[in-house]
Amino acid sequence: MATTLAAGVAAALALSACGSDSTPAATTTAPATTAPASSSAAASSEAPTSAGSETSSGGSETGSATGSASAGDSKVLTDAAAGTLTIGIKFDQPGLGLLQPDGSYAGFDVEVAKGVAKELGVEESGITFVEAKSAEREGLIERGEVDFIVATYSITDTRKEKVNFAGPYFIAHQDLLVKADNTDITGPEAMGGKILCSVTGSTSAQKVKDTYAADVALQEFGTYSECVENLRTGVVEAVTTDDVILAGFAAQSPGEFKVVGNGFSDENYGIGLAKGDTAGTEAINAAIEAMIADGSWAKALEDTVGPSGYTIPEPPTVG
Amino acid sequence: MDFSFLSDPRYDVLGAFWMTIQLTFWSAIGSFVLGVLLAGMRVCPVPIMRGFATAYVNIVRNIPLTVIIIMMSQVLYSQLGLMLAVREPGVNPQGFLNSQNFRLAVLGFILYTSTFVCEAVRSGINTVPPGQAEAARAIGLKFTQVLRIIVLPQAVRAVIAPLASVLIALTKNTTVASAIGVAEASLLMNTLFENEADKFLAIFIVFALGFVILTLPVGLILGWVAKKAAVRR
Amino acid sequence: MSDKATVLYDHPGPRAKRLNLVISVIFAAVLIAGIWWVIDILAGKGQLTAAKWSPFLEGQNWTTYLLPGLLNTLKAAAISVVIALPIGALLGIARLSDHAWIRVPAGIVVEFFRAIPVLILMSFSFLLWFEVFGFSSPLAGVVIGLVLYNGSVLAEIFRAGILSLPRGQTEASLAIGLGKTQMMTNVLLPQALTAMLPAVVSQLVVVVKDTALGGILVGYVELRRMAGTSASNYQNLLPTYVVIAVIYILLNLALGFLASYLEKRLRTRRGGGRRGGAAEPMAVTTAKLNTGGV
Repeated sequence: MATTLAAGVAAALALSACGSDSTPAATTTAPATTAPASSSAAASSEAPTSAGSETSSGGSETGSATGSASAGDSKVLTDAAAGTLTIGIKFDQPGLGLLQPDGSYAGFDVEVAKGVAKELGVEESGITFVEAKSAEREGLIERGEVDFIVATYSITDTRKEKVNFAGPYFIAHQDLLVKADNTDITGPEAMGGKILCSVTGSTSAQKVKDTYAADVALQEFGTYSECVENLRTGVVEAVTTDDVILAGFAAQSPGEFKVVGNGFSDENYGIGLAKGDTAGTEAINAAIEAMIADGSWAKALEDTVGPSGYTIPEPPTVG
Repeated sequence: MDFSFLSDPRYDVLGAFWMTIQLTFWSAIGSFVLGVLLAGMRVCPVPIMRGFATAYVNIVRNIPLTVIIIMMSQVLYSQLGLMLAVREPGVNPQGFLNSQNFRLAVLGFILYTSTFVCEAVRSGINTVPPGQAEAARAIGLKFTQVLRIIVLPQAVRAVIAPLASVLIALTKNTTVASAIGVAEASLLMNTLFENEADKFLAIFIVFALGFVILTLPVGLILGWVAKKAAVRR
Repeated sequence: MSDKATVLYDHPGPRAKRLNLVISVIFAAVLIAGIWWVIDILAGKGQLTAAKWSPFLEGQNWTTYLLPGLLNTLKAAAISVVIALPIGALLGIARLSDHAWIRVPAGIVVEFFRAIPVLILMSFSFLLWFEVFGFSSPLAGVVIGLVLYNGSVLAEIFRAGILSLPRGQTEASLAIGLGKTQMMTNVLLPQALTAMLPAVVSQLVVVVKDTALGGILVGYVELRRMAGTSASNYQNLLPTYVVIAVIYILLNLALGFLASYLEKRLRTRRGGGRRGGAAEPMAVTTAKLNTGGV
């Protein structure tokens, strides 16, 4: 059996090695940046991106290439000085980061990203948005494929070991989404005998399993859209994740759903950027503070998740 | 290598594989019945039945199983309200949810796998020499009798080997049930990958071996049976 | 096929014709009732309204979601097959080696990876890639998973292709003094490659379908997953699934037709002098091997 496993692993390693042939090549040919320019693997997230980024980037090819001047230590500030930024966002979350049919992006995270870019002196046309899926966020930052990430990115100690966080720019709470006419579900403790829906392997699902599993049934699906669709048809009674994400879904179908508003955790959303980039972190913190001060923070929230009836909270303390 | 997760009460590895076995068992029975029925329709004298069976096989076989399984949950259950389990009020609905998802998955596997059973059986029917069917008709047997008494018994023996590969494929395919939250082996493996990422090689070895243990005997035993049962011509 | 099937029953006489007609009418009635029942429920649930289906008339739905998703599906499938083909050829030839130390390990590798679900291979490859290179790549997870499985399946196709050649080919090559390597590269492989082409194309169908596994646990944004994003924008889950199912069916039917076209061409070409004996085993192989896969 040992032979089998050794052979299997060897084969797998050999395959991974040959699949990545272009990585070292790209490293050597690309101008000196903090990390290798986009590798072959990054192509996976490029396809859905390209459709949209063409309209919003207005010609700037890749953010990492423009960092070639790399005089200062801060990649963000260097790139911003050159007038272009590559920002990671979610593509599939209504209200936060959503790739729209016309190829543009909408949501609170997107507005925060644009606001920060503006404070750093970058025009909207200079921004390239790329998709930052949950599992890929640290990798995108570490490889320097993005300048920063605004994608429902909770600040945690484990993540802090790999990336810097600016913010928080928002404090979310795990909450429940129910049908608008539902009155008996007031919180997770009132879920006895009900079916709750969340995404497979998510922390929200884990929390429910650990705390309320005795009375609540948990249905796990691959995406929140599947959960919301099942809530619409009444197959599940509630969907759980961060309230602002739920509010995004509620805003998408006005009058159909509501967020219960009895949050049972705190998630500090931060803006992730390269580890050790103190100057960049401070600049982004200042940008967030400026957005809160001039009211554009509240306006962004009002425009994106406001239609769900979500109460706009007080802005968080940055830093 | 650290196999400590095997004794962790949070991770019921045997239970997950037991779920895989149950999924395979019920799906295999259902697929066999529906597959033979479809094969019968594909060779029957009524054109509309032939057309239906042909269309069914060519449509369903070409849809990814993932799409079929997710449609079972999202369309058949959620949109069309197909209930395969009873939800009793006042009881924790987890039990209902588990059986409902399990049965939806089994239904999806049956709809999909039966097309491969049908094709295997049909090719088995083709191995029966036409002269035998002609002789059977000459002594006055009807189509259903020809099929039941002469052709199918021989055809089924000729298709044991191909059916064994269908069964092995089905065993592996049950992992797709994780897409609708059925707690089978691959879902547990993924949870383990999330929670114990540092032991991923040990985790993979355990689950890979689990499937080797499940599928290898099937191939060996049915291969042996196929040789024994082969019709000598 | 239909010629052979008619052997099972006589040309229908007047009674049989009447009976067939009755069965046809009953079957058609049941079928129509079933379809009607489904349509009725769909309509009752508001699934048949124009609003649910009109998004497919919008170009943006295609250019933003469905086509990029389809492109990713095709990309993963194509890369996998291109990598899996040479690996499969090597493993297939290795399994035919005279040396046990080559033959046995190759056999173990092939049997091992054929026994493991592709979904599990993908999950593992995804994590392995992350451990080795320090960043995650769904595409790499999907491709390596597909290569490990399909490389093994293609190895069997190659082996069957070489074994399907008449023994005379081997004997003749040895008689004119060719070495084993020369015999393989100059005589057996070229013939086997053409003979196995239909089976390889049929395997493509399996690969295309398997890419959809990439959206479940690994998070690769292929057609099925992208369809989910589209559906959450237009709130039309059912219509979207129906549409992508049709896309998969058309794509795979086209591949299937290509495979049987190649097979037919091959058979007529080879059937010249002999009675097509050599091509026959490959036809069986195609049917047998395609019972596997998702």
